[in-house]
Amino acid sequence: MHIPDGYLSPSTCATLYAAACASWYAALKRIKRSIGGRTIPLISVFAAFCFVVMMFNIPLPGGTTGHAVGVAVAAIVLGPWASVLALSITITIQALFFGDGGITTLGANCFNMAVVGSFVAYGVYRLIAARSDVSSQRRTIAAAIAGYVAINASALLASVEFGIQPLLFHDSTGTPLYAPYPLRVAIPAMMIGHLTFAGLAEAVLSAGMIAYLQHANVGLLRQSQSASASTSTSRLWWVIAVLMLLTPLGILAAGTAWGEWTARDLANSHASPVIEAASKSQLPPGSVPAGIERLSTIWTAPFPAYAPTFIKLPSDIRCRPCLVSACVRCCRWQAPPFFASAGSRTREPYQLHRENAQPLRASDGESARI
Amino acid sequence: MAKALVSERTAAKPGLLQALDPRVRLIGLLVLVISVILCRRLEAIAALWLLAVVIAIASRVSMATLALRVWLLVFVFTGLIAFPAIFLTPGDAILSFANLSASAQGLRTAALLILRVETAATLTTILVLCTPWTHILKSLRNLGVPVEVIAILAMTHRYIFLLVDTASQMFEARQSRAIGRVNTSEQRNLTSRTAGVLLGKSIELSHEVYAAMVSRGFRGEVRLLTDFRMRFRDYCALAIFFCAAGFAVWMGR
Repeated sequence: MHIPDGYLSPSTCATLYAAACASWYAALKRIKRSIGGRTIPLISVFAAFCFVVMMFNIPLPGGTTGHAVGVAVAAIVLGPWASVLALSITITIQALFFGDGGITTLGANCFNMAVVGSFVAYGVYRLIAARSDVSSQRRTIAAAIAGYVAINASALLASVEFGIQPLLFHDSTGTPLYAPYPLRVAIPAMMIGHLTFAGLAEAVLSAGMIAYLQHANVGLLRQSQSASASTSTSRLWWVIAVLMLLTPLGILAAGTAWGEWTARDLANSHASPVIEAASKSQLPPGSVPAGIERLSTIWTAPFPAYAPTFIKLPSDIRCRPCLVSACVRCCRWQAPPFFASAGSRTREPYQLHRENAQPLRASDGESARI
Repeated sequence: MAKALVSERTAAKPGLLQALDPRVRLIGLLVLVISVILCRRLEAIAALWLLAVVIAIASRVSMATLALRVWLLVFVFTGLIAFPAIFLTPGDAILSFANLSASAQGLRTAALLILRVETAATLTTILVLCTPWTHILKSLRNLGVPVEVIAILAMTHRYIFLLVDTASQMFEARQSRAIGRVNTSEQRNLTSRTAGVLLGKSIELSHEVYAAMVSRGFRGEVRLLTDFRMRFRDYCALAIFFCAAGFAVWMGR
């Protein structure tokens, strides 16, 4: 899974470096705040531990062996942010000293294994372990599944990065300039090995180590459990508070998202100027494309436009981001009078595909938000 | 560990790269690695590979070390990945046998991939062989990498050797007490338990290291002593590295 130099294009490398840098910055800030001065030796030793663990060959069914990354154990014991740093350091040393992974692809490798791996492992573990006792068998199973899912998520990401290279980067003769295999080859080639051997090795090691810690050093697990429990509820409250504050943004962003026009919108001559304005003066087709017309009737949603058909909305409130629209939906249910008035204040000149929408000034050249 | 010892010995030899400021080595070779990735023509990448070989010879890097550690290893592993691309990449058929046909585009993409990986790996290995780890860390610090990251990198590098040694001693101790063959399931348990013990030891070690750091005056701030000085030849070398990289990218566009 360690991608060497030359397999990914410069733009892919730069994008993934940027993503990894953002995670490193956040992790450093968070870790310094949470465990203070102990951070440096703890992460250093844990990074060295992950490095050594990668050298352990675990016997697997079928007579083969595989090695684990230790991402699940790191995420469970240290927490996801410290695990991001520890694994990134391990991957950096592997790339510099042992040629395992490249320098230009360091960002990609760290993002795949350290960032995504740590968060997926931690999320899956917390989801399955829930509020079970630290020494329960459920935790062991949770660690095994977390390790298996995390390493496969990282592998899938790496295979997608490989697979998009020939699609995006090739010369005039069609020669791929970097990794040569498309997604249909890269994904199975990468995933078969990880779904079988590497995933199993990670699951065995994660479960084995958590089981060992439950017997020999349960205090370590309890410590990480209490640390995560104290932060998780406060984090949830913060997320809810931010979403509530962002809720009015959904009301301001009215209209239909670009490219989400229904067959009725495309057939409506009043909607054409709006679509044209939003599509850099590209005229929409004169009639509804046959494919859209045929497929749009296959399924009728029970709650079109986020409301049951029997509820007549005071006006149209349409939010672009799904998350914000979900908030508005929630809050509209909680406080209908407020949103009813807010919705009427922000009424758009023309609303697409609404039962009650009236074409007001669609043809007067005013640009509408889509 | 043997690799680390080879690096220390090579870095101590008098040579082209060893005579330059470590920051120039780091920046110069990284710029060349980036130019390898940016080049789209085989000829330009081949020229960069030749340049890497010349730098290696001038820096007294053993060709046998490079051949075994880089060229052969990369050729085998990347070759395994690149070889099917000769037949799977659609394009103008140049050779057909059975139901398979090799395309010119496939051959070129395989060559591009192998040569690019070979050149980038050669340049990275030269950097590591000619520069002591502490100098690389100081140079990274000068390039703006946070001091905490530098401290973690330095400590991790040191503790890897300690933990590898501890792990091998644990396996050796277990083997010396075992009689007969151990079945697969027992081997799995043994490996997991060994890793668990190692984890416990690692955590304990981190506490001891922290206590030692605090007793020596550590208060959460890490300071590095930097005594690198840029000379005229360093500026010239840096300019040459940039010119070579820029020329290669221009040729290989």
